[in-house]
Amino acid sequence: MLKKPEALATLESAGIHRAGRWLVRGVSMSVDAGEIVTLIGPNGSGKSTTAKMVLGILKPDEGRAIRKTDLRVAYVPQKLTVDWTMPLTVSRFMRLTGHVSDDEAMSAMSSTGISHLAGAEVRNLSGGEFQRVMLARAMARRPDLLVLDEPVQGVDFTGEIALYDLIKRIRDEMHCGILLISHDLHVVMAATDRVICLNGHVCCSGTPTAVASSAEYKALFGARAASSLAVYEHHHDHTHLPDGRVRHADGTVTDHCHSEDGHHHDHDHDGHEHEPHGHDREAKRDA
Amino acid sequence: MLDDFFTRAILAGIGVALVTGPLGCFIVWRRLAYFGDTLSHAALLGVALAFLFEVNITLAVFGVSACVSIALLLLQKRATLSADALLGLLAHSALALGLVALAFMTWIRMDLMGFLFGDILAVSKTDIAVIWLGGVVVLAILAAIWRPLFAATVNLELAEAEGMNPERANIIFMLLMAAVIAISMKIVGVLLITAMLIIPAAAARRFAAGPEQMAVLAAVIGAVAVIGGLFGSLEWDTPAGPSIVVAALCLFVLSILPIFGRTGAKPAEPDGGSPRAHKGARP
Repeated sequence: MLKKPEALATLESAGIHRAGRWLVRGVSMSVDAGEIVTLIGPNGSGKSTTAKMVLGILKPDEGRAIRKTDLRVAYVPQKLTVDWTMPLTVSRFMRLTGHVSDDEAMSAMSSTGISHLAGAEVRNLSGGEFQRVMLARAMARRPDLLVLDEPVQGVDFTGEIALYDLIKRIRDEMHCGILLISHDLHVVMAATDRVICLNGHVCCSGTPTAVASSAEYKALFGARAASSLAVYEHHHDHTHLPDGRVRHADGTVTDHCHSEDGHHHDHDHDGHEHEPHGHDREAKRDA
Repeated sequence: MLDDFFTRAILAGIGVALVTGPLGCFIVWRRLAYFGDTLSHAALLGVALAFLFEVNITLAVFGVSACVSIALLLLQKRATLSADALLGLLAHSALALGLVALAFMTWIRMDLMGFLFGDILAVSKTDIAVIWLGGVVVLAILAAIWRPLFAATVNLELAEAEGMNPERANIIFMLLMAAVIAISMKIVGVLLITAMLIIPAAAARRFAAGPEQMAVLAAVIGAVAVIGGLFGSLEWDTPAGPSIVVAALCLFVLSILPIFGRTGAKPAEPDGGSPRAHKGARP
């Protein structure tokens, strides 16, 4: 998690404070060229907020966000609404933030399987089609850094796997860094180099296998994870209070959580068990 | 040719319509109709200040409208009031201040109706020069910021993330609006400027396949409305400014009639029911 000189974008202990509470705090991470970094975490855990700090849409209230100079960015936001008053075809949408040649536009559209929609109006597309259009638009920019906020929402399961394959191929072909936000670690696992597990702060990070065996996934995703990754056990052992402080399982309250928090593997415990705390409730709602 | 008041009126009107059409598209896309109203209401305060300090009316109106735009930007960032409440506050305060200030200047006998509804039949050659020169400048700037402004209209965060500097485009757009209010006030009056922004753009929507096309069509439809309105006003002896708006309305009604083939302009879903709402919310 240390800053690397060639990192495309880096956060150093960055946090966003809004309306009296920290949305995320103390996030340190980086995205390198040719690397896929996945942010996972329940709803409200600050995934999108973190991505927006990386992109420079939100300025950290604490810590720093650093981007390489002249970084070419492409962003697929979680939510994008095209008003009916706006006449906007797919091929015009491809050129929304910069010139794209016809060849590049066509090859991006055929990679995502939407070349037949070039002349269609964006507002008439289905949710899944629109996600592909957004991905094609981002690809056609040939970015250094590609940020995808839940890129497969509204896409059916087979399409989902195809899109993750495509994301991996984009990384391989363009050698760009990709920051991916996802709910479904078990689907993105194969395509991810590094996973950062967020829950208002960085709970843990590492390769997908390491994160999975630290069992963060299971604790955050509860029932859904139980079916596929039932072997892992994990509890959050601390609760984030509204004022940003942290209450630990033993009842003490501190300003920050410690790096070892949330990393207690069951085999590490000498005959005692932490009670689940507030995060578990969130995790269940999310599942 | 310019000695004929009717020719001057047509030239001035077309000049205004060519600018209000493209800008009006952004007003429609961004749902800023009330913003146009606010600026034009504030224009009356500009008129009062122009008389008070004996400066050029167009400049004073531009200054006041620009100040109101900036005030709105600042208030939106700080205040807890919603945008429409802020707009209402600014619009009517500026209008009332303007009327009160005019009433204090007892030495001035001015035709308030002329400012409220415009006096296109009284435009001078200088007015035409101001409208066309100002219009060319406004359109040139709009063309220069078109891509970032349009990208920011589709999605502000996306534009920001991809380095479009949408904040700058937004501020320039607001200043362009202030300029358009200033140069078109004399033609249709402060009460009807918003109509020239919105109605041609709304009429163009049905026939446009892309944003650029819609801007050009809106300009053309606005120009046709000016010509139609002025000839109608001549024929039936109706007030010129309102006649232009009525002509634009007629074009809009024509545009939504089903006799035209395209199906682009199905009525919007009930408010908020836009078809492209993707949110990762899970129950």
